[in-house]
Amino acid sequence: MPSEGKRGGPGLLRRLRDLPNDSPAKTILVALAVCLVCSAVVASTAVLLRPLQLANQEQERQRHILEIVERLPGIAELFETAAVRQVDAQVVELATGATVRAIDPAKYDQRKAAKDPRTSVAIPPERDIAGLKRRARYATVFLVRKDDEIALIILPVHGAGYASTLYGYLALEGDANTVVALSFFEHAETPGLGAGVDDLAWRDQWQSKQVRDEAGRLRIAVAEGRVDPADPAALYQVDGLSGATRTGQGVTSLLRFWLGEDGFGPFLRRIQSLRE
Amino acid sequence: MADTARKTLLDPLIDNNPVTLQILGICSALAVTTTLATALVMSLLLTVVLMLSNASISLIRRHLPRSIRIIVQITIIASLVIVADQVLKAYAYEMSKRLSVFVGLIITNCIVLGRAEAFATKNGVGPSLLDGLGNGLGYSLILVLVGTIRELFGSGTLLGYEVLALASEGGWYRPIGLLLLPPSAFFIIGLLIWAIRTWKTAQVEEPEYRVRAAE
Repeated sequence: MPSEGKRGGPGLLRRLRDLPNDSPAKTILVALAVCLVCSAVVASTAVLLRPLQLANQEQERQRHILEIVERLPGIAELFETAAVRQVDAQVVELATGATVRAIDPAKYDQRKAAKDPRTSVAIPPERDIAGLKRRARYATVFLVRKDDEIALIILPVHGAGYASTLYGYLALEGDANTVVALSFFEHAETPGLGAGVDDLAWRDQWQSKQVRDEAGRLRIAVAEGRVDPADPAALYQVDGLSGATRTGQGVTSLLRFWLGEDGFGPFLRRIQSLRE
Repeated sequence: MADTARKTLLDPLIDNNPVTLQILGICSALAVTTTLATALVMSLLLTVVLMLSNASISLIRRHLPRSIRIIVQITIIASLVIVADQVLKAYAYEMSKRLSVFVGLIITNCIVLGRAEAFATKNGVGPSLLDGLGNGLGYSLILVLVGTIRELFGSGTLLGYEVLALASEGGWYRPIGLLLLPPSAFFIIGLLIWAIRTWKTAQVEEPEYRVRAAE
């Protein structure tokens, strides 16, 4: 086993080891060795655990879609009677609202696409209310049909909150104006404050809120403080999260962005015109 | 020998507690103690990271050039914290989401670097491990105490189980909302320090100056 090279090895190592600690050579050597060992440990953990982490993220996403779908009245019977194919994933071109059949929704990764200049567009700063800088050209939406009519539209939304970017799904009824649910599957808002977006009681408030008023203006919002049920604005607003004003503002902005012209506005208009 | 070992392990619990005597690690003590579960997981993570960082730094203590010793220590600590964070994300995803950035912030927790510099660079691997465990437990003790008080009186639950029947669900208890906000942890830790220093008067600091009577 020991060869010429190996025999030289330990001798060299010992000489390096016995260098005075504060000599420049030893300093560089120790720095290099520490970096090498540490990066090997970090890199191998990251690579080894990656599949498990991705599986966790995917599970979380699916749980949220399922939770949203289950909120629609009568959905349970629909799933029992109808084929599973009733949930239809589509890739939509945001600028035109047209469905793009050429892209497989199962393979399309919107988050990755938003980072690539070829598959995304820059958002002009004055219109970038959700703090995104860029958005993907295409987005994956989910449509649930009942008797061939669209019963539920599930849209992916994201935007800047207070401490993190919130990623979630917004579900609208077939009229594309009535909210069924809003649920965030990924965020890092402050525990106990902004993380209140996960509270069931708060999420329940979104049900049957309206997105736009009669005149077509976007009115949906998280209020600052409590919403007075007698106020006409209560039709569009949910209670603010106490201690998390900026998370609330972030949620309002991201909803208005994704429901507006830079987001799913054109797509939702198309759905509405199909219905009439 | 056994006596020194016991001292290394038990001293940081009350007599030389990293949080209440040295006032270190306050940031995470404020941030993750809204519920007992997050406080427990954070305590576990910090204790493990502290033991491993102490052990590995002690292992190379004879070859540590003085000029770069702090950055070498930080590199080792940061690597251990990243590994801990990755493991948490893989095996306890829900919990990693609740702790969010605070796992990463263990890197800047002064307790870890403090023990590395003050103890691990001067002692063998065994005592360093023990010192890490002792300080980890000292930190955990405070976190668990604060977490218990905040969750019990702030949400009426413990580890998610209802203990005090909430008024909003037909019970009698109105939760104290303040306890869910970070300042309440300051108050609780402050009261704890007061209590401990009343009991162990040796911890009371000398006043920095005395007001002299006017001549």
